[in-house]
Parts: sequence; C-alpha cells; structure tokens
Amino acid sequence: MVRWLASRTAQAAATFVVAVVLMFFLMRLSPGDPLARLVGDRQVSAAELASLRTRFGLDQPLLGQFRAFVGGVAQGDLGASIAYYPTSVSELIVARLPATLLLGGTVLIINFTVGIVIGVWQARHRGSAGDRWLSIVSLTAFALPSFWLGLILAWLFGIHWRLLPAAGMTTPALDPGAGLLPRALDVARHLVLPAATLCIITIAVTIRHQRSAMIETLTADYVRTAQAKGLSERAVVWRHAWRNAMFPLLTLFGLWLPVLVTGSVFVESVFNWPGLGSLAAEAILNRDYPLVMGTALLVAGAVVAGTWVSDVLHVALDPRVRV
Amino acid sequence: MITLPSRGLPAAWRVSGGRIGAGILIAIVLIAVVGPHFLPDPAAQPDIIAGPTPPGPGHLFGTDELNRDILARVVGGARISLLVALLAVALSITVGAVVGLAAGYMGGWIDIVLMRLVDAALAIPRLFVLLLLLAVWEKISLVAFIVAIGATGWFATSRLVRSEVLRLRGEPFVLAARSLGASRRRIAFRHLLPNTLGPIVVTATLGVGHVILLEAGLSFLGLGGVRPPTPSWGRMILDAKPVLETAPWAGLFPGLAIIVTVLAANLVGEALRTYFDPQHA
Repeated sequence: MVRWLASRTAQAAATFVVAVVLMFFLMRLSPGDPLARLVGDRQVSAAELASLRTRFGLDQPLLGQFRAFVGGVAQGDLGASIAYYPTSVSELIVARLPATLLLGGTVLIINFTVGIVIGVWQARHRGSAGDRWLSIVSLTAFALPSFWLGLILAWLFGIHWRLLPAAGMTTPALDPGAGLLPRALDVARHLVLPAATLCIITIAVTIRHQRSAMIETLTADYVRTAQAKGLSERAVVWRHAWRNAMFPLLTLFGLWLPVLVTGSVFVESVFNWPGLGSLAAEAILNRDYPLVMGTALLVAGAVVAGTWVSDVLHVALDPRVRV
Repeated sequence: MITLPSRGLPAAWRVSGGRIGAGILIAIVLIAVVGPHFLPDPAAQPDIIAGPTPPGPGHLFGTDELNRDILARVVGGARISLLVALLAVALSITVGAVVGLAAGYMGGWIDIVLMRLVDAALAIPRLFVLLLLLAVWEKISLVAFIVAIGATGWFATSRLVRSEVLRLRGEPFVLAARSLGASRRRIAFRHLLPNTLGPIVVTATLGVGHVILLEAGLSFLGLGGVRPPTPSWGRMILDAKPVLETAPWAGLFPGLAIIVTVLAANLVGEALRTYFDPQHA
C-alpha cells in the first residue's frame, strides 16, 4: 500500500513536470510578441522596449528563460503579471481563488447529489419514457455552449424578469455596515445564475456515468439475491447496487475537474464572477502571458491532483482493488 | 446476453436518434453550401444608422448591432464551423491513430515515451493548451488555427487506438498474418488499423461536435483564425453581449445554430457507438 502510494505520487509528480515543460514550450513557440498588446498603439522607443524585455526576461535565450521559469515554479513564484505590473501572478491567483472555490464547490455538491439521484432513477427505469426524455435532455446539455447559456439566463432572469443579479458577486450599493446574514444572502443571490449555468452544462456527465454504472450493477447476481431475500427496494438499490456503482463516479471526479475549470472560464466571464476563470479570460484579452501561464499551471495541477485523489480513494474505499 | 450487431450500417441507421442526427447534419451541410447564394452578403450593412432590428419579414432572424442580416451571418458561420471542425478532426484522428498504432504495436521505449507525453498533455485541458498557444498569436491564419485545434485533439484518440491494438495484437488472425511472413508495416496498416476503425469513427463523430463548441468558445474569447467581418458563431455571441438588453436575438440564433449542429453530430456519434459497442449502449 505504502509502496503503491509512493509510486502513484511519483507518477503524478512526473506527469505534472512534463506538463509544465510542454506548457512553457507551447507558449514560447507560438509566433507572437508577448509585449505587442502592452505596447499597443503607443509610441515606444527602442530603448524603452529593450528595458521592458529585460524586465520580463524576454531578452534571455530560450533555455535561460526556461531555467528561470522552472526555478520560479519550483519556488511557487510565477513571475509578475504584465497587465497588473508589478503585482505577481501568484498574488492575483490567490485573490481570485475564494470566488472560484465557492462557485465550484456549490456546483460540485449539486452535481454529485442531484446527478446521482437522477442517474440512479434512470437506471432503475431504463427504457421508460422518463429515461428516454432525460437521455435526450442530457444529450442536449452536452451541446450547449456554456457562454451562450449564461448570456440567455442573464438576459431572462437578470434583464427581462429582473429576478436575480446578472453580474458580479456582491451588490456594490450594499450598506457596508450590513451584518453577516444580509451579506451572505447577497452573495447567494449572485451565485444562483452562474452556478445554475455551470450545473446545467456539467451535470449531464455525472448523470450518464451514474446511469451506465448503475445499469451494470442492477443486473448483477448479488442484486437478484438481495431481491430474492425479500429486502426492501430501497435497501437493494442503495445499499447493494449503488455501493458498487459509486466507484466509477470516483474516476469521474478526476475527469470532472477540468470540465468545471474550463467551463468556468466562460461562465465566470459572462457573469463577471471575480474568480480564476474570469481572471484567465481577462489575461487572454490583455495578452498577459505570465498570467495565462499561471492559470494554466494551476489547472494542470488540479487535473493531476484530481486523478491522484480519485485513484487513492478508489484503492482506499473499494475492497476489491488490491495493491 | 451479448447480441452481436448485424453487419452493415443499417443497424446504426435504425437507431432513430442517429437517423434524425444524420438528417439534420446533411441539411446543415446543404444550407451551408448553397444557402449563401440566396442570402444577402453577411458583411453588408444596408442601413448602419438603423442599428439592430428584431426578427421579422425581410430579416427572418433580425439584424445585429451593425444592421447586418443575422440569418446570412448564421449560415456563413456554419461554413466556417463545419470547415474548421471537419479538417481539425481529420487531422487529430490521423495523428492519434498513427501514434496509437506506433505505441501499441512497437511497444518498448517508444510506447513508454509516447504515452508519458500523452499523459502529461492530457493533464492540461485542451482549452488551456489552445489558450497558451493562441494567447500571444494575434495574426493567426485560418489554416494555422485549424492545425492548432487538430494538433491538440489527438491525445485521447492515441490512447484509445493503442489499447485496441494491444487487445488485437495477440489475436489469431494477426499471428496468422505474421506466420505467413507479412511485414510489420503490413500487419500494422492492413490488419490492425482497419480493426480499430469502429472506435475511431465514433471518436471522430463525437469530436466534430466537440470542436464546434471549442471553436465557438475560442472565438467568444476573441481568439482564433476567423477575423471579422467573416462571421463565426462564437464571435457573433461575443458581439451580442454588449447589446444584450436592446437586441437579445443577436446572440440567440448563433447559439441555437451551435446547439442544433453539435446535437446532431452527437446523435450520430451515439448511434455509431451503439452499433460498434452494443454493450455500452
């Protein structure tokens, strides 16, 4: 067990390191000047440009830049943002992290509760009209562009019906002396539309995985045995069948993180949610390459960590898996 | 328990979703090809001061903030979307098949190196790979854009083809071919590759829908090889964002076009999956 854990961790670390190297070269091999946007239409003297290059280390040879980059990453230093100079990329990311965690956590909880219930229901009523309709609905959800759905919901609930705030995380006009509860309620109201958009986009993945895993276990012999013993329907479905249909969802957890992160780039920027996704979108708009790199690094780290966690949980929880 | 699919495409065709999806896709391709000949120039601005007009006779989908006909722009966008999706998927499927074949059949260090690289590449979501590549690449051409999308989509395909090849490698027909003196190249391309075609076709069809969403997303972020005034669905939605309050229809129709196209491609992909892999229907 300890040996497996060590080798799995080493493998995750190696994957991350290779991903970091790939990312650096992707960015630097792309033909384009990272300073083009910063300089923009302004008149910039050659000397000024040269000093900018020195400041961001762009005057170094590629290998030197690479060494500085890797050394920085190893120490948690991702360099300075170009658009927000001299604020560091790490500072910007840390400032935006809470909003993304709030949005992502909400969506995660809804996905893994509602998604499981719907998936199990569909598996139990496989082939029924309800199952077929839900399958069509999830297939349609796969085809939805998140930014479009966000805009439509923002228009419908925020502009047309004026039910919910369509942008930001707090009301700027809120009394600064307001208590904790009104503040929390204000954030919750702002959270509804972005969370709903992300849920609609991503929940279909959970539902489909749960449905097919559950269909497999429901036809297993031990489930028939449990039924023959006269156990209640609920006990058969949840205690016997679902226990084993739960493990594919652990794998899904690793797959699901990137879906959430890439989805939130669009959703956060549509709703001006002050999280990492809108930070990444902003960085793209400003051609702020250290910041783009910083967010991409974080995402790759989250993906590697997500698969690591799901593998470890799999081994820890599933007694059939021996290492 | 396991029922084998009857041979020939009719089995996939019989899945009603696949039939509907294929019908819609054919219709979209036809509209994209002949439609522009019957519609106004998507870049034309008949009355720039008039601004956006709601859907109605004359402009079935209304006009956008620059008074351009939205129907013409949606149809023009279909051309771009389908072109990008088909070419990019063709590229990524080809590269994925070759890499997967090489890794699975040659084995050894080639396999180890290739699969380590693929694992690392899979750790970066495709959107972010493209963001890194395109963030500072301002004047990217459409061809380079298509190559970039195609070149970032083959990792999962190569893993799939590799596992299929590993499964097939020990099959009697491969051993028979080898004992008859077939060369390694002949075994790889004439015996192994054709037998992995099923999963490849399914991945390709589902990939088309995925790339259409991806291209729209990149255009929505203001990136990519489609430059105004050439219409692109994602860009149209981006341009509709500031006029959401006054002209909500400007963003509605390109989004619906994306949904219908992607859904149709996914329906065909699902039907093909049912056909090739009936156990996981």
